[in-house]
Amino acid sequence: MTMRERFYELATEALWNNERVAVVLADIGAAKIPDHPRRFNVGIREQLMIGVAAGLALEGYRPIVHSYTPFLVERPYEQIKLDLGHQDLGAVLVSYGASYDASNEGRTHQAPEDVAALAALPGWTIDVPGHVDEAERMLAQALGNDDRVYIRLTDETNGAPIDGERLVVVRRGSEEALFVLAVGPTLDPVLEATLDLDATIAYLSRVRPFDAEGLRAAVGGTDVVLVEPYLAGTSAGEVSAALQDRPHRLLSLGVLLGEFRHYGDGAEHRAAHGLDAQGIRASIERFQESGAWHLKGATPRL
Amino acid sequence: MAIATQLGYDDLPGLMTRLTGDEKHDWSSVSTLDVLWVLYDRVLEEDDRFLLSKGHGPTAYYALLAAKGVIPLELLDGFGTFDSPLGHHPDRTLVPGVEIGSGSLGHGLSIAVGRVLVGRRVFVLVGDGELDEGSNWEAVQYAGRAGLENLTVVVIDNDSATHGWPGGIEARFALEGWHAVRVDGRDHAALEAALCNQVAKHPRCIVAEMRQ
Repeated sequence: MTMRERFYELATEALWNNERVAVVLADIGAAKIPDHPRRFNVGIREQLMIGVAAGLALEGYRPIVHSYTPFLVERPYEQIKLDLGHQDLGAVLVSYGASYDASNEGRTHQAPEDVAALAALPGWTIDVPGHVDEAERMLAQALGNDDRVYIRLTDETNGAPIDGERLVVVRRGSEEALFVLAVGPTLDPVLEATLDLDATIAYLSRVRPFDAEGLRAAVGGTDVVLVEPYLAGTSAGEVSAALQDRPHRLLSLGVLLGEFRHYGDGAEHRAAHGLDAQGIRASIERFQESGAWHLKGATPRL
Repeated sequence: MAIATQLGYDDLPGLMTRLTGDEKHDWSSVSTLDVLWVLYDRVLEEDDRFLLSKGHGPTAYYALLAAKGVIPLELLDGFGTFDSPLGHHPDRTLVPGVEIGSGSLGHGLSIAVGRVLVGRRVFVLVGDGELDEGSNWEAVQYAGRAGLENLTVVVIDNDSATHGWPGGIEARFALEGWHAVRVDGRDHAALEAALCNQVAKHPRCIVAEMRQ
């Protein structure tokens, strides 16, 4: 079962089992979450969708707001900033589509900027599940508080879930080994890419607030690779801040900045951005080869 | 709302002068003054909520909240200064009685829709220029078709929309299923009558015309 399918089941259950929960939709998802007195489908009106969620929060409800990633985060960005953030109200925003799940739909349906955009606003918890079971845990947790929470659902998945919202060391290398931090669904390709390397591999599914303490405890050497399934470098500042008193080098991998005009499938997009196992491996090798790695093109470009 | 002090309509210009220190201003010309007064003095009930969507020029709003004892009179003195809770656009987290922070136009109506959907009676004040923002029309269309009878919008119409509203603002609301009327925005009795005339199954739009 995909994260999206599971989400529709959970949101429906939450409506019936938790009288504080309300669901706000802008057509997308309306066919999957049956009618309920607190399920509001406002039509294709995303600015209204966020404003309505704010009004529901003012009345003491816990709104879940759902749409495709660009239409949930980017189109109503000022409503997210003001109606939720500035009014100091909570909501659970659940997106589907991630960076390029809709690879063959083209740029209009792709939103690799979403996490960077939300991370630029104060007070957001940003969860990037790498497995459907993680997504379920994140939603349950979000419904139990009044925070501003973003849950980024995707078709990409790791083989197994990892528990907890803190940084988790998945595989431990030698004391000063290369350190690779894989976010959400990038873990499996990262593990494949580093199978025969002396490397410590860690996993993170909650990127804001960023687990700086966990990172400091896990990093033993100087070389750090950050792999994120959205815009490259989105959490680079967090890593740098966490390690500011330690000499270190950071390679940030992720979706490349560019007006990417390709269709095709997810595997092709992953490869184009250097986010499949082969691409990650190539970037890591260039990173390790030389201190002047950037001169050799270690940072992939479109 | 808690009403400790009770000052009258005639006290509002003095309170606004206290806010700005501007002795020469003809405060009676402030476009929102009469609508705000009628709402707070004659219309709003305990469980109702008022959302000032048009957050520009909030002196009349602050003066009114002070007159009604919602905020202390002393607060008016520091208007717009660094540590004052009273800024040039209101912030709900800083000012008691302020239901939403506003300033960026076109946000209040959508928030009001959310509140009305779960049973609250809400009054929203917008400006005719503010209605240029497309976000308003998402809310207008939906509220009309959902028949949100507990939603009332007062539009302060001082003809400030750059490209105007040919055919009148009320015609746009009426087309979307709203009960829409135009009244003299200075006429307290007319405003009160319009505000108290709730209509079943239709949201209401009251265009308060501010004649120069």
